Amino acid sequence: MAFDKIQLKDIEVWDGNHAAAQAMRQCQIDVVAAYPITPSTPIVEGYAKFLADGYIEGEFVMVESEHAAMSGCIGAAAAGGRVATATSSQGFALMVETLYQASGMRLPIVLNLVNRALAAPLNVNGDHSDMYLGRDSGWIQLNAYCPQNAYDLNLIAFKVSEDHEIRLPCMVHQDGFMTSHTAQGVYTLSDDAAYGFVGEYKPMNDMLDFEHPVTHGVQTEEDWHFEHKARQHNDLMVKVMPKIQAAFDDFEKLTGRKYNIVEKYDMDDADVCVVCMGSSVETAREVATEMRAKGIKAGVVGLRVIRPFPFFEIADALKSVKAIAALDRSSPNGAPGMLFNEIAGALFNTDTKALLSGYVYGLGGRDLTKAHLVSLFTELQANVDAGKVTTSLQQFIGVRGPKLSFL
Amino acid sequence: MSEMKKIKNLKEFSTSADRFEGANLLCPGCAHSIIVREVLNATNDDLILSASTGCLEVCTAVYPYTSWDASWIHIGFENGSTAVAGAESMYKALKTKGRLKQPDRNPKFVSFAGDGASYDIGFQWISGCMERGHNMMHIVLDNEVYANTGGQRSSSTPIGSSATTSPAGRVSYGEKRNKKDMVSIMASHHIPYAAQVAPNKWKDMVKKIQHGFSVEGPVFINAVSPCTTEWKFDPKDTMHMADLATDSLVFPLYEIIDGHELNITYRPKDVIPVEEYLAAQGRFKHLFKDEYKYLIKEWQERVDANWAYLNRREAARV
Repeated sequence: MAFDKIQLKDIEVWDGNHAAAQAMRQCQIDVVAAYPITPSTPIVEGYAKFLADGYIEGEFVMVESEHAAMSGCIGAAAAGGRVATATSSQGFALMVETLYQASGMRLPIVLNLVNRALAAPLNVNGDHSDMYLGRDSGWIQLNAYCPQNAYDLNLIAFKVSEDHEIRLPCMVHQDGFMTSHTAQGVYTLSDDAAYGFVGEYKPMNDMLDFEHPVTHGVQTEEDWHFEHKARQHNDLMVKVMPKIQAAFDDFEKLTGRKYNIVEKYDMDDADVCVVCMGSSVETAREVATEMRAKGIKAGVVGLRVIRPFPFFEIADALKSVKAIAALDRSSPNGAPGMLFNEIAGALFNTDTKALLSGYVYGLGGRDLTKAHLVSLFTELQANVDAGKVTTSLQQFIGVRGPKLSFL
Repeated sequence: MSEMKKIKNLKEFSTSADRFEGANLLCPGCAHSIIVREVLNATNDDLILSASTGCLEVCTAVYPYTSWDASWIHIGFENGSTAVAGAESMYKALKTKGRLKQPDRNPKFVSFAGDGASYDIGFQWISGCMERGHNMMHIVLDNEVYANTGGQRSSSTPIGSSATTSPAGRVSYGEKRNKKDMVSIMASHHIPYAAQVAPNKWKDMVKKIQHGFSVEGPVFINAVSPCTTEWKFDPKDTMHMADLATDSLVFPLYEIIDGHELNITYRPKDVIPVEEYLAAQGRFKHLFKDEYKYLIKEWQERVDANWAYLNRREAARV
């Protein structure tokens, strides 16, 4: 069996799902074990169609659940080859047990997580609840804001994840529907250039090397478990970020497209800024520019890498700003939001006097409108003018009923 | 070509090269290790193995040691079958792409799991593997209880057995439900081969394992594994307990080919009363009280009915 290449145009009109499926095809994955779920289903369907049309040479295993999908990916990765899958929301929640197993066993797997709300109540639309559920699972998490990012970050994900010094699985996030189903122009790489960037898979501790049998997934108790977990954390804290930066640098040389661990927009002289993730970053940038015309020096910080958390990069990006809004698109359910907490932690012990407030928005696909962001930036400027946070520390944006605010 | 061992006698069998080391933490008298050795010794081909969480797993791969001289993987309780299915898929992919390091080998893919990991929590995963036609063998080490965690009931635990979550007590005779017929369920996936085996009938076992290795597609094996700890018998009596299990027909030995052709592979010359099988194990001790003796009668009737059913299926060739 052989496979044919596809001659792509320099710019194709793709939604985020198709961009991810095309990147997966170009990476010449050996095994995809997957289960369909909205809104990531078109990735799996797209990959299946490439296979049916002879553009892929590899195994495609349609399993009976997302738990089995990641279980099959783990077995395949341990056997020694390139592995990827895609999921969303409830399926991701079902996978959670195996996420920890994949990372703890140090297996490079790429997971396209098309972000969607978590039930109950059941909801198929985009928010970051599933992304947040995975944040302690020992995976690398990269964040796409648009279909172009979804395409590019898939290529980068394989390169980082499979590096023998890393050997950690990697999620590529994109917003359900807003990114996954919105078609935009996407600059492409040729099949050869994309595969050349990712490189051939180099096996390590592969079960299929019959001359060197290996034992995967051992038992450790109080005598060794802590050391294994500590070492994994160490590698996430110390080794991953430089590898991501190196991959970003290589990618820029190849394509001219520059990615950063933390994406700063108009931050050089900003007084106020929002920190957010996903498609909201693009909306916030547009509004920030409009705010400057109104005399408010607004900027935007987007996280490109969620895990490992860019602790120093965030602190550096926010060092001169006077008021910061952390935008969390997941219900914290009884706490400040994840981004609020992480940013507060990154800024504590620094010289900043910035005012930090948190906002919860967009749950279950609720739009974050430009009007919302105009009020938000205005509120931040009011904080700057008053020299203190004039609102509650945690507010909900765009929810019906009496205004919700806490802390 | 596959390479099956030619084994003439038990001595030759017991001294053949071992890919499962005696250095493990299983209980003295545990049948798991005997069954695993019998399976692994059936072939000289390379092996890719998995174990689901359970006795076999926690006793054979405690870091920094391993008892396995073949590639082995454990992920979790429910997904050992799918781990092997994933590895088998990778084998197929790399074979197609010409990237196998030793392309001339003919590896066998085997997942081991307890009855809890197969009949209960791993049921869906095994069903998926069987349905998708992976070239693999799933072997249940069936000791009819969650032995690794101290003896809780599973859906393989038979009626009247005292388990810690279905204990015999002042007003209870223990487990109330009949054992799930897993071999039939798996055969209903129309897989090429399903069989029940026992460690005491090692020739029958090896023949079935070799048959399983020789077919293309998924194979399901249910192996009775007498548990000295939870069945409560002397560790030296493991093989005796297996003899009682097969010769009382509580564990009849048979195979189902292509989901329909049933063959009984062992017919005891002298069938032992079920009562003797029950009496030899502490887990059934309470059944011998006067008020529960009717359960022993029902046990015998159930075993007789099942044996008659298997015979009818064999005769009918359906």
